[in-house]
Amino acid sequence: MHRTGELYEQYRTMEQQRETASLGMWIFLSTEVLFFGGLFMTYTLNRSTYPGIFSEASKTIKLSWGAINTVVLIASSLTMAMAVWASQAGRKKALTWFLIATLVLGTVFLGIKSIEYHDKYVEHHIPGWSFQFEPGADAATNAHTQLFFSLYFGMTGLHALHMIVGAGLLIWLTKESLKGRFTPEYNTPVENIGLYWHFVDIVWIFLFPLLYLIDRH
Amino acid sequence: MSEHHIVSPKIYFTIFGILMICTFLTVAAAEVDLNRYFTGLNIIVALTIAVFKASLVVLFFMHGKYSPKRTQLVIVASVFWLAVMLFMTMSDYVTRQWS
Repeated sequence: MHRTGELYEQYRTMEQQRETASLGMWIFLSTEVLFFGGLFMTYTLNRSTYPGIFSEASKTIKLSWGAINTVVLIASSLTMAMAVWASQAGRKKALTWFLIATLVLGTVFLGIKSIEYHDKYVEHHIPGWSFQFEPGADAATNAHTQLFFSLYFGMTGLHALHMIVGAGLLIWLTKESLKGRFTPEYNTPVENIGLYWHFVDIVWIFLFPLLYLIDRH
Repeated sequence: MSEHHIVSPKIYFTIFGILMICTFLTVAAAEVDLNRYFTGLNIIVALTIAVFKASLVVLFFMHGKYSPKRTQLVIVASVFWLAVMLFMTMSDYVTRQWS
């Protein structure tokens, strides 16, 4: 079925139809909060148990890449917000360009993330049989820093997976916007994928200080 | 409920500017030893800035401020359930050592 923005019979007004779509997306996002919440819970418990070792492990991650990625991701949220605006204002060309800009920034984020992962691979900081925190580190240090890096890869990995899904959705949105499908009357996919994209941005807003900024001084 | 609200680009760019300033502040604050004034002050400052940034994204980028009340209820509920999980689990672990 190809939706174009007509009023479906179960709704009284277009406004009600639009709000229902948005409410559904928010309910999905609240399940996402709890999905990531489990990891944040595990992080909180382990950091409170091993505060010193978490700080040592955190300092081996390059702050500059994390800070640049934060700027890149927030900029992509701006272009996504502007894409929603363009679709509401009926500016079809601008919509396509804002969607492409969001996609490019999202890809830059993932590119930087892969450089960071490679650094950790070279430093033997990927949890597993070849893990070594630093030459001559004792067993307890290796065990507890592995906890930090397991959480680092688990949390940023799940976040990156969401980014990849988001990038796929953006490619589809761009394709549909090129067909001129989104109008001020019908732009629900732009709005809802926008909500998803901003949610992924919010997850990063918390991951950045929790993983990169533990007692840097 | 009013007509469909369109948030202007001016607001989006202003919010982006504030988010950039906050990102700079959070990095700067992490470089300073705030823990010497009060144990745990560094993480409190970092999380306060993060919560502020996240609130701006929810309120403006995600139109939370202009959403109907029932949508706002879902937003608050998701934060509430997360808080329940963190609070209940941590209060268990922290008090296990007591006895």
